[in-house]
Amino acid sequence: MSAIWVIANTEFRRMFLSPLAWSILAVVQFILAWMFLLGVNEYSLQTQSMAVGAEDVAGISEAMIPFLFSTAASIMLVVTPLITMRLFAEERMNQTLTLLTSAPLSNTQIVLGKYLSVLGFVLLFVGLVALMPVSLAFTTSLDWGQLAAAVLGLVLLLAAFSAVGLFLSSLARQPVIAAVTTFGFLLLLDVLYQSGNAQGSASELFVYLSAFGHFLSFAKGMFDSSDLVYYLLFIVGFLILTIRKLDNDRLQG
Amino acid sequence: MINHQDRLISALGLSRYYGERCVVNNVDVVLRKGEVLGLLGPNGAGKSTTMQMLTGNLSPSEGEIQINTIDLLDEPIKAKQQMGYLPEQPPVYRDLTVSEYLHYCARLRHIPKAECRRMVAYASERCGLQEVSKRLIGNLSKGFRQRVGIAQAILHNPAVVILDEPTVGLDPIQIREIRRLIRELGKDHGIILSTHILPEVQAVCDRVQILNQGKTVFNNTLDGVESLEKVFFDLIFGADAVASEEVAV
Repeated sequence: MSAIWVIANTEFRRMFLSPLAWSILAVVQFILAWMFLLGVNEYSLQTQSMAVGAEDVAGISEAMIPFLFSTAASIMLVVTPLITMRLFAEERMNQTLTLLTSAPLSNTQIVLGKYLSVLGFVLLFVGLVALMPVSLAFTTSLDWGQLAAAVLGLVLLLAAFSAVGLFLSSLARQPVIAAVTTFGFLLLLDVLYQSGNAQGSASELFVYLSAFGHFLSFAKGMFDSSDLVYYLLFIVGFLILTIRKLDNDRLQG
Repeated sequence: MINHQDRLISALGLSRYYGERCVVNNVDVVLRKGEVLGLLGPNGAGKSTTMQMLTGNLSPSEGEIQINTIDLLDEPIKAKQQMGYLPEQPPVYRDLTVSEYLHYCARLRHIPKAECRRMVAYASERCGLQEVSKRLIGNLSKGFRQRVGIAQAILHNPAVVILDEPTVGLDPIQIREIRRLIRELGKDHGIILSTHILPEVQAVCDRVQILNQGKTVFNNTLDGVESLEKVFFDLIFGADAVASEEVAV
């Protein structure tokens, strides 16, 4: 257990030694803040004034949180591959993976350590995103339950993205290849969702398989344990594949 | 009756195939306590593959490996604790400082936190890294990176140290220091080193094992060997090839 923590800790720090993680956080936060500002502006100037006297109007939580968190999810579809690409591919390229594979560690420890380091980044990112709706709490009352569900949903979705990225990085020898394949796979999940909802060819199965279908109910504030199980299975599945890949490296060379 | 107790490495009948190609063919590697074993051979003879198998980075197609009486294939974690390995390319993270990197390595080898500082200080002292301990590894010269690689291999005071071409890229002074270090370590550890530099083998090794095309062609002490070079060329090319080469020169 302590070895997992040591790897996770060092990998997390190394992530922030290069400008990549910093610039990703800064750029994405800037874009999201801009969109959030636009959203709040529209709500306070238009939606609110039209809603005077009307019944059953969406509150600020209901209007802003699903919008903000699904935008964040779409942006992270592109950004997560950049974070996960270096995990194994860079070590392969620089031939530093031997340090971990010849240390007295199991492959499970190596994979979990690396995965936890990305999870740290995911938590940091989601925390920063969540600060925006929280800032509204100074002036209005928020639906904390909806915010909590959306935060949990985004963490699970990005954790699932990271698991895919980790696995594809373990297959690649160059970080760029890992990033491109991860992006392709995540886009495929998105396309599955779109085609599952397409008119005429709607398919429950496609929607179920896509990681996005399970995220949207979270973003709307609904916590469904079957969605939670979907993500956990998804993550565990890719982690096991990664461990198997490392075992296989030892056998195949 | 051979005493198996003082065998630090006992690898018997090692073979490794890449697909159909046999890279290492039925090689035995035995290392005793206090011995420095030199692994020689032309490029592609299977030295690095053998070392990767001994360090658990590659599983052998056939054969068994015991490190300090622990079976490497059955209990890899326990066996690897007994071993320090410097691959051909030192596995260093360029974005860490020497001290950060060595502390990380120490923690990876399950050295308790309280002892890390002492172990790191000791290994840096032995490899002459004190002055550069606060510098980024990426900014160091190749020789210093190599020394950092050696420092991580001996950091946890392992019973067996395996070094793949440890003196490549070092200046003559550093080469002399590293050779002295290897001799010193050889007193209470077992060391396997592979190299292309024949005088180096004569300077530091007690015993030499020469591989050619995946097979052991020579395995003996250096006592009574007048010219290792001659032995080497004889084994690799046969006697007449050496003769013709001498004519050509």
